[in-house]
Amino acid sequence: MAQLRYGAAIGQALADAMQDDPTVVIMGEDIAGAGGSFGITRGLLDKFGPERVIDTPISEAAIAGMAVGAAMSGLKPVLEIMFMDFTTLAMDAMVNQAAKARFMFGAQVSVPMVLRTPHGGGLSAGPQHSQCLEAWFAHVPGLKVVCPSGPANAYGLLRAAIADPDPVVFVEHKGLYAMRDEVPEVLAPIPLGQAAVVRSGEHVTVVAYGAAVALAMQTAEQLASESISVEVIDLQTIQPWDEAAVLASLAKTGHLVVVHEAVEAFGVGAEIAARMAELGFSYLKGPIVRVGAPFMPVPFSAELEATYRPSVSRLIAAVRKALGKE
Amino acid sequence: MPLTGTGEDGNAALLRSYEQLLVIRRCEERLQRLFAEGEVPGFIHLGVGQEAISVGVMSALGPADTLASTHRGHGHALAKGMPLDGFFAELLARDTGVCRGRGGSMHVADMSIGMLGANGIVGAGLSIATGSALAHKLRKNGQIAVSFFGDGALAEGLLHECGNMAALMKLPLLLVCEANGWSEFSPVSSQIAFDLAKWSEAYGIAYRKIDGNDVVAVAEAAAELTGLIRSGGGPALLTCTTDRWRGHFEGDAQKYRSSDEPAPRDPIVVAGEHLAAAGVATQRLTQIAARVESEIEEAIVAARAAPPARFDAALADVYTAASIGVAI
Ligand SMILES: Cc1ncc(C[n+]2csc(CCOP(=O)(O)OP(=O)(O)O)c2C)c(N)n1
Ligand SMILES: [Mg+2]
Repeated sequence: MAQLRYGAAIGQALADAMQDDPTVVIMGEDIAGAGGSFGITRGLLDKFGPERVIDTPISEAAIAGMAVGAAMSGLKPVLEIMFMDFTTLAMDAMVNQAAKARFMFGAQVSVPMVLRTPHGGGLSAGPQHSQCLEAWFAHVPGLKVVCPSGPANAYGLLRAAIADPDPVVFVEHKGLYAMRDEVPEVLAPIPLGQAAVVRSGEHVTVVAYGAAVALAMQTAEQLASESISVEVIDLQTIQPWDEAAVLASLAKTGHLVVVHEAVEAFGVGAEIAARMAELGFSYLKGPIVRVGAPFMPVPFSAELEATYRPSVSRLIAAVRKALGKE
Repeated sequence: MPLTGTGEDGNAALLRSYEQLLVIRRCEERLQRLFAEGEVPGFIHLGVGQEAISVGVMSALGPADTLASTHRGHGHALAKGMPLDGFFAELLARDTGVCRGRGGSMHVADMSIGMLGANGIVGAGLSIATGSALAHKLRKNGQIAVSFFGDGALAEGLLHECGNMAALMKLPLLLVCEANGWSEFSPVSSQIAFDLAKWSEAYGIAYRKIDGNDVVAVAEAAAELTGLIRSGGGPALLTCTTDRWRGHFEGDAQKYRSSDEPAPRDPIVVAGEHLAAAGVATQRLTQIAARVESEIEEAIVAARAAPPARFDAALADVYTAASIGVAI
C-alpha cells in the first residue's frame, strides 16, 4: 500500500487523465502558475503547458459557460472554482446550460465537463467561504454530484468524473486536503453512483459523505466500546446516490442516521431519509435521524463555527436517538 | 474638499488625513501580529500601502454617503469612521464586534456610517453600490454611493453590467479602482485586456487616473468627481494606482513576486512631505502617532476583555422576525 494525501490524489488524477486523454484541459483562477489556491494543480503547467492548463481572470460566469461550450465542441474541461461559495456566479452555466443541453437538444450532445470545488468550514473563513452547497446541484436533473472522503476515492472518483459523458460537480473538502491515507498500489477509477460500506456493523446504519465519513468512523469506534455496532456507509456519489446499498444496510440494522456538514434542512439527508422511509418502511425499527448544520449561515467566530459544524458528540447523540437509547 | 490650504487651519484637513492614514496602517500592523500569534482567525487581506485611497476618497464624502467595499476593506471601514473598538472586537470574534463576531475581517460593516460591508465575493460590491446609488437617486437625498474594487475585479461581468446601468440611469455612483497591479498571485497585465479610460469613454463615464499613494492627489480627484456626480452628471470612475506591500492574504508566501520590484512610495511619507512643505512641525506628527497607537492598544485591550460571540444570538438573527412552525 502506498500513502497519498487527499490533495495530491486529486492532482494525480488530473495529471493521469490529462496524460491519457489529450482532450482534457483544466481551467481556473491562479491554477497554472500558482498551482491553485490550495496547491492542487501544482506542477501541471510544467507538464502540460499553458494551452491545457489555463489561468483565467476572475470571471466565473464566463469560464463555466466556456466549459459548457468547449465540452459541446470536443474538449473535456475540468474547471476549478476556488471556493464552493463562488459557484453561485457559475450557476447559469451549470443549471440552465450544462444540465439541460443533452435533454433539451434531443440527446444530440452530451456535456462532459467537471466542476471541481472545495466546500466546508473549520477555517474561520466566514459566511462566504465555508458553505456546503452540494444539495443545490443534486436537485438539478442533468447534473451529477460527487464528494470524496479520502485520497483513494478522491483519485478514483475524479478519474470516473472526468471520463463521464455528463457534467459532474466534484466537491472536495478544504479540511481534507492535507489528509494522508493509504491508497492501492494501482489506482483505478471508482464508478460513480456506488457507495462503499467502510465499516460493517449490526445495530445502526450511519450514512455519510466527504469529511463527515471520518466523524462517522470515530463515532462507530467510540460506540463499539458500549457494544453498539455501527455500520458506516460512505456515499461517495450524492447524485445519483446508491439507494440499493443504503437500503440493504437498513434491512440489516433497522436503524438509520444520516450525517453531513451541510445545512440539515432541505439537504441530502432529507432526500435519503424520505426515500428510506418510503422504500424501507418495513425495516425501520426507529426514527431516521439527521445530523447537519443548523439553519443559519456559517459564522466567522471559531467557537461558533465549532458549535455549528457536526461533531462526534452530536452524532453519538443522534445514534442513541435512532436506537431509542436517549 | 482639497486637503491643502494655508496657515494652521489650512492644514487641519491634511492633518486629519495624516492621522487616518496612521490609524489604518497601525491597525493593520497590529492585525498582522495578532494574526501571526493566532489571536485573529480566518483569512485576512491587508491593504498596507494602499491607505491613501480610502482616506482621500472619504475626504470627499459626507457621513450619509454610502460605500461598498472588498475583501481588502479595513481601510475603507476605518476611513469612513468605523470605531476602533467595534473593529477590533469583530476581528477577535467578540459579541461587541461591529458584526457581533459573525463576519470577521472579510465582512466588516457599519450601517450607521454608510459602510455597506467588506465582501468576500470579488465584484459583488459593484452591484451593491450601484443599488445604493439608485436608492439615493430615487430618494432625492443628495447622497452618493462609492464602490471600491480591485484591478483584478475588472474581469467580473458585474463591472460591465453595473457600468452600463449606472450610466444609463445616471446614478450618483463613484467607482474607485484600487490598481495595485495584482489579482491574487497573478499580475493584472496577464488578466485584463482593456483600458479603463477607454472603457469609461465607451459608457460615457467621467474618468480620472491618479497616483493613489498621494492622499492629496486622491482627495482632489475625488472632490472633482464627486462634485460632478452630485450635480447630476451620473457616474464617474477614479483609478488610483497603488502598491500591495504584503501578500494577497496573511500567510501568503509570495513565491510569485520578484525581489527587484521597485520600492513603493509610502503614502504616509508622502503625506508627511506635504505637511512639512506646509510648515507643520514633525513634533506635531509624533504627537499624533503616539495618540493613534495608544487608542489602538486601548481598543485591543477592550476587545480582549469583551464577551465572545454568542451562538444563540446568531441563530436568532437569521431572519428579522422569529420563525414559526417549529414543532419542538
Ligand atoms: C467571485 C470570487 N472569485 C474569486 C475570489 C477569490 N479572490 C479573492 S481576492 C481575489 C483577487 C482580487 O484582485 P483585486 O480585485 O485586484 O483585489 P486586490 O486583492 O488586489 O485588492 C480573488 C481571485 C473571490 N473572493 N470571489
Ligand atoms: Mg489588485
